[in-house]
This record gives sequence, structure tokens and C-alpha cells, in this order.
Amino acid sequence: MIAIIDSGGANIASIRFALERCGQIAHLTANRTEIEAAEKVILPGVGAAATAMDTLHRHGLVDCIRGLRQPVLGICLGMQLLFERSEEGDTAMLGVLKGNCHHFVAAPGRSLPHMGWNRIRNIDHVNGNPLLVGVPDGAHVYFVHSYFAKLSSYTIASCDYGISFTAIAGNGNFMGCQFHPERSGPVGEQILRNFLAL
Amino acid sequence: MLTKRIIACLDVRDGRVVKGVQFRNHRDIGDILELAERYADEGVDELVFYDITASSEGRVVEKSWITQVAKRINIPFCVAGGIRNIEDARIILNNGADKISINSPALENPGFISELAAVFGTQCIVVGIDSREEMGDDNHSVYRVYQYTGDATKTIASRRETLNWAREAEKRGAGEIVLNCMNNDGVKSGYDLVQLALVKKVVGIPVIASGGAGDYSHFADLFTATAIDGGLAASVFHSGKIQIPDLKQYLASKQIEVRL
Repeated sequence: MIAIIDSGGANIASIRFALERCGQIAHLTANRTEIEAAEKVILPGVGAAATAMDTLHRHGLVDCIRGLRQPVLGICLGMQLLFERSEEGDTAMLGVLKGNCHHFVAAPGRSLPHMGWNRIRNIDHVNGNPLLVGVPDGAHVYFVHSYFAKLSSYTIASCDYGISFTAIAGNGNFMGCQFHPERSGPVGEQILRNFLAL
Repeated sequence: MLTKRIIACLDVRDGRVVKGVQFRNHRDIGDILELAERYADEGVDELVFYDITASSEGRVVEKSWITQVAKRINIPFCVAGGIRNIEDARIILNNGADKISINSPALENPGFISELAAVFGTQCIVVGIDSREEMGDDNHSVYRVYQYTGDATKTIASRRETLNWAREAEKRGAGEIVLNCMNNDGVKSGYDLVQLALVKKVVGIPVIASGGAGDYSHFADLFTATAIDGGLAASVFHSGKIQIPDLKQYLASKQIEVRL
């Protein structure tokens, strides 16, 4: 069973439908036992970091998520929640990945939010990462965000928007996509299939 | 580099896709799901569904097709039309839409933009602006916002000027603006580059151009003459006069960053 954690966001249906297109039935839940028993866990999120963390605290899921051993994929804000803190409302987050999330600096000709299709660069060409099997270097995926995680040892793929930032992060069983794989055409679908195949 | 977005707009009336000229005399051009799938397959970057009758008739967009669209396509889509309260917005987003777009209800109650942004986040709140260039009292042209444009018999000029309204929408939490230049809508003579550039300069959020696309070159003009983030069109895509894959190739040949 695939568990989608109910973090209170509104875009959860599109993730569920994308998993269905990959042939997997996913279950939306805030139940600790169900999440712990799932083969794989997806942590979605739209909106503000503080609101999402409040929801996770209210459902008693913060320690539950930190303790998960199966593959976990954070999507968009869900990826940021894996890090320690966000500048967005100076919010303490899950901290399963070291580092903080920062606000993009506005500049002329660079709209915020960073919204639309941008290229991701595969950082680990030599060994490759299982999430990027069949994904061409420089493929376009769909982003919507104003905060980002800097490049770090967790960066699997990067993206450029005034600054290079982490598009896909991973450390052990915890992984995250800053973009929306469920809305990123065939490329996003390939990344979801790669996650489901882990 | 962030690509320029090509967005197909499907004006929906009574569950069918329609298109009129300058917001009047709508004619039926096809089935919602068939067109949505066709565009996603052809590589359009985003879809917008406008229920053009919902706002002027005082009812929320009919929703059963939203889930069907969300199940079938894997690109982002926005739903617009008569969204008047948080609950309307929640149902549409929960059914699988990525963004909601509000227009007339935001003019009636600008605080509604802030409410939506607080609950759902700015990233999924689009404010649509229907704008017309008019001669002002002092014989200078002004850009004025129009309301209830889905129904020609109910369309009225609001008291707001477009540039001020764009600024206010951003300040209240809009994540994107779709600027429909009514003088150009359906005329196919190109986007209103002057107006679009002016609006883009006064806000920091993405601005999408709407109204006037008639040929491939109009998109190249838009992306070279302005910093506009995306070009929206309807009839030239529906009729097949502009093919999405050909348009993307054409723009790439002009060194404009697009998703191929």
C-alpha cells in the first residue's frame, strides 16, 4: 500500500490520480499505524510551511515520519518539510535532512513564485540515481514555489533560477522533489515510477 | 532557464468547449476531455478551463468534469468561473485542479483574494483581469477593468484601472495574473504588447497574456518584446491554425526557451 500523508494541502487528488496512472492505488491518511505499515509514503504539501507543520503536529505525525524506514517522497513543500528550518514563517520542520529552506531573491525579469517548466540537471552522472533512471539530463519539470533548498550533498538533481538549488534531494530512504512530478508530463511520471520501483 | 509557457484556454459553457469573438456569439467546438487530452499529448504547458457563464449567472462552475480531467492529464490546469467562497475553491482544488482563477468575485470583494491566499497559498490563486483600453476624461487613454464579461448583456465597466488593480491583486496574495486584453480578443492581430509590458512592470508575480494570438509570430513578439511569462490562446489552437508542436519548434528557433 502507498500512503499519502494528509498534510492538509489541496493538491492531493492530482498525486493520487498520477499514482493511479502508474498502476498503484494510494491511500490518503493521517493515521500513524497506516503510515508506518505502508510500503511507501508520499508527503505532499502546498501552502505555508507553518500550516503544514501544524497539521503534522496536530495528527501526532512528526515523530512517526522521522522514524519511517520505508521509501518516503516529499513533493514540493513536502520536500522542504524534510529539512530543518524554513525562512517561511521561521518554521521548525522535520529535520530528517540537514539544512534550511530559503526565500528566492526577487529580481527584474524573474517572477516569483518560480512557476512553470524548468530544466533539472542530473548531479550524479557517474553512478546515477535510481529516481532518475530514464530521465534525460536537462528534462523539463513543473515547479511552483518561492522557497528553495540550497545545493548540498543530498542534491540528486539541481535547477537554476537566479541561483542553483536542489530540485531532487535524497538521503537514504528520505527523498524529495521540489517540482510536481504528478504534473510534469511523461518525465514526472517516469520519476514517480522510479520511486514506486525502489 | 524557466521556459515561456504556452497555455491553451478552453472556454466551457454547459459542459462543452465554446469560443466567441470579443466575448460574444459563442459556438460549440468540442468535448472537454477530448480536447484536454489532445493538448496534453501535443505538449501544451498548461490548460485553463473557464466556465464563462458561471460568474454572470451567479453560480459556481459545474465540477464533475474536473476530476475526469485531473485523472487523465499530467500537466497543470487551472479552473475559473464563479468561484465565490472558500468552499467553492476547496472543492475545485480537492477535485484535482492545480490553480483556481477568480475575476468578477475579486472585483466585488478584493478581500476574497487574501482569504484564498491565506487558506490555500498564493501559488494556486490566479487573478484574471479583463481590461479594455478606453479614452479617459482628459483625452488620454486608460486601461479599465471590466466585469461579468462571460455574458455580453451583463458586462460592465468597473471603476478600477488595470494597473492599479494588478498591483492590488498581487499585494492581496495573487500568485499569478492572466491579463485578457479585450480590444484584441478574437481579433487575431497579435497580443497587446504595450499594455502587457506595462502590467508586467508593476508586479513581481507571473503575468500571462491573453487575447489576440492569431499567428506563430505573435508569440515570438510577445516573448521578445515583453517579460511576460506565458501566452494563452484558444481559437487558434482549437481550429488547428497554430499547432502546439510547431509553435514550440518555431519559438525554439527564435532562441526562446520552451519545453519541447
